[in-house]
Formats: sequence, C-alpha cells, structure tokens
Amino acid sequence: MSAAQSRKAGSTWAAPGLLALASLIGLLAALLGDGAWDVLSWLGLGAPVVVIARIWGGRRG
Amino acid sequence: MSATSLRRWSWVHTWSSLVCTAFLLLLCLTGLPLIFHHEIEDLTGHGGPPPMAAGTPHTDLDRVVATGLARRPGEVVQYLIWDRDEPDSIWLSLAPSRTAPVSELHGVVVDARTAQVLDEPGKGEGFMFWMFRLHVDLFAGLPGKLFLGAMGLLFVAAIVSGVVLYGPFMRKLEFGTVRRDRSRRLRWLDLHNLLGVVTLTWALVVGGTGVINTLADLVIEAWRRDQLAEMVAPYRALPPVATLGSVERAVAAARAAAPGMTPYFVAYPETSFSSAHHYAVFMRGVTPLTSRLLTPALVDAATGEVTAMRSMPWYATALFVSQPLHFGDYGGMPLKILWALLDLATMIVLGSGLYLFVVRRRAGRRAAIAAAE
Repeated sequence: MSAAQSRKAGSTWAAPGLLALASLIGLLAALLGDGAWDVLSWLGLGAPVVVIARIWGGRRG
Repeated sequence: MSATSLRRWSWVHTWSSLVCTAFLLLLCLTGLPLIFHHEIEDLTGHGGPPPMAAGTPHTDLDRVVATGLARRPGEVVQYLIWDRDEPDSIWLSLAPSRTAPVSELHGVVVDARTAQVLDEPGKGEGFMFWMFRLHVDLFAGLPGKLFLGAMGLLFVAAIVSGVVLYGPFMRKLEFGTVRRDRSRRLRWLDLHNLLGVVTLTWALVVGGTGVINTLADLVIEAWRRDQLAEMVAPYRALPPVATLGSVERAVAAARAAAPGMTPYFVAYPETSFSSAHHYAVFMRGVTPLTSRLLTPALVDAATGEVTAMRSMPWYATALFVSQPLHFGDYGGMPLKILWALLDLATMIVLGSGLYLFVVRRRAGRRAAIAAAE
C-alpha cells in the first residue's frame, strides 16, 4: 500500500473508528459501575445517535 | 481490494442480509416495546409494592410461599425469584407439578414484607406476551429460538461484510456525505452506508448477544449434565424428595455459606435449575458486574443443609453477562432511550438495504432487456 493510499484509508476510517470506540466504551461502562459509569455510557452511546441526528438534519460531518 | 474479492464480499453482503432482513425487522420491531417492558407493565397496572418505611424487614419466606400457594390450590412452586429492581417484590412461579414445562408456569407476585399478593399477571395473554414470544421463539419453542439465532448469525455476517465494503465505497467520499441532489438511489445508498457504519458496534454487540441468548436452553442443559451432575452425585440413587423442608431455612443456610452475596432465585427440586433433592439457591454478587455472576448453593430440601456450592461454568457466565448487553436495562432510562433510537436506526439500515437491492435488481433487468433489443 502506498503512502497516499494508507493516508486515504486512515481518513476513511477515522470518524467511524472513533464512533466505534465511543460506542464500545458506552456499552461496557454501565456494566462496570453505577453513577458516573452510567453517565459515561450515555455519552459513549450518545455519540453515534448525535452524529445521525446532525446528518439527518442536513448538516454534513 | 481486487475486483474479484469486492464481488465476493458484495455477494456475501447481499445474500446474508436478504435472508435475514424480514426476521431482523420483526426482531427490531418487537424488541422496541420490550426495551421498556418494565415501564409498560407499571403503566398497565402491574404495580410495585406499596411504599413503607425504608428498611422494613422481610417476613418469613415460608409465609410468602404459603400466600402464593393459597392462590392456586393444588399447584406447586417451581421458582422463587427476587425482583432485581424491586427488592421488596418476590415472584413465585407456580405450576401443576414440579416437572411441568415453562409454558404451564403461572406467576404470583408477593410483597416480601407483608406476604400480601401484589399481582397475578395473566398467563399467555396481552400485547407484551405477543411481543415477547415473537421476539424470542416465534411461538415455536427451542427450534424457533435456534432459527432466530441462525438469522442473528447471518445478521452478524451482513454487518462484517458491510464493514469490508464500506472502505472501497467511501474511498472518494468524506465521512457523512449524503448526495441529496443526485438520484434517490444514491441518497439512500449514502444513508445506508452512514447509518450502517455509525451503528456498527451497537448492532454487532446486540446481535451477537442475541445469538448467545438463543442458546440459553442448551447452556442450562450442559450445566445440568456437567457441574450439577457432579455436585449431586451422592444423591443419584435416591428417589425425589417427598416432603419439602423450610425454604426460609434453606435461603438462610445459603446466605451463611456465601457471605457478601445476595440471593437471586431459588429453584425447587426437580425443576430445570436443580436436582430432585435440592433447593438450588442461586446467589449473585452485589455490584453491577458481579450481579451477573451466579453461584448456586445446593441445599438438601429435607435437612436444610448446604451440600455443594460452585460458581457457574464459563459458558453459563457468558450467557448471564450477555443478557444485559442485549436488553439494554443496565444503565437507567437514558440508556433505554439510546437503545430504542439505535434500534430505529438499525431498522432504517435494514429497510434501505432492501430498497437498494430491489432498485439495483430492476436496473439490471432493464439493462439486460436493452442489451437484448
């Protein structure tokens, strides 16, 4: 893979990768504890929902 | 990616999703009210225990059981379950006999403090019952569960192949691009790709844990043949216990044997979760994570003594830990709402995938006709 291609692959997966990580943290946090852990889980799983809402509403990225 | 492997992954994505889409839409639709089953049951009159001073002591469990039995003369108790969210409610599962199948169980909810009956949920009726059965086994028992499990596996295959295809499809596009000004097909393709990749982790986890849940019956059967058989080996030649001793005493013995844990449910002798001679008192931890790790204490139903106690094996633990990750009931109301929104997003991914398939098929046929003419 050339440098140009790998940079391209990096940018293709940057946002989805971050959202996947946020979702994973969200899914696990509430299992590990209550209180602050619950809040962390809402933030983590809230991230993909917010992205969908913004793009659905017509805003890009 | 080479053209050949792109074509192959595309084939996997098309057909794995095509086969499972109708069932996945059904699962998403029926799963939606199930996320809120607790709230819906509260609304429809299945009320919780009345407020009393905090820390009001619990009464004798034998009184609780007697109350339940009086409601259904001639029946026996199969399970006694402490409500996870309402610690003052006890759910009794009654049936015509100790070995009667799950379909014949009838619930009676009793207040643990006063031994008053709180509720007698109707058996096999109501909207939520329909949603539950359609979601769990399509009214077809174990074969229905395993069938839905296979559909879940195809769903996972569709997600994985979709991720593989996402890279090449999005090579020239920025994340979040939705081409609204071109064709309808292109707009839905962009939305399908976007929603699919954004909900990826949640859908994989909920789909995967759903598949694990379809194996619940097999997991319990494996535990019976494996650990339970070893634990009750000394009793093998004896006839089933005739007269049951005090369940209050059995639970007290289990508590003493497992300090720092709290009882989750009691399986009566001859039920799926116990031997023919024991009260199996399933103890659980008290933190969010350890509350999913169960340790059954087997209490001789005649003498009231703990004869064996062992943590559940890894495959049963995998099942119990996977359950909250499927239900979304472990992080309060905000988590349930997020669960519902991600469920709706998944339905849009499924629906748009079907739409894209139909449109492309039609375009392909038109092109073939044009070529033939």
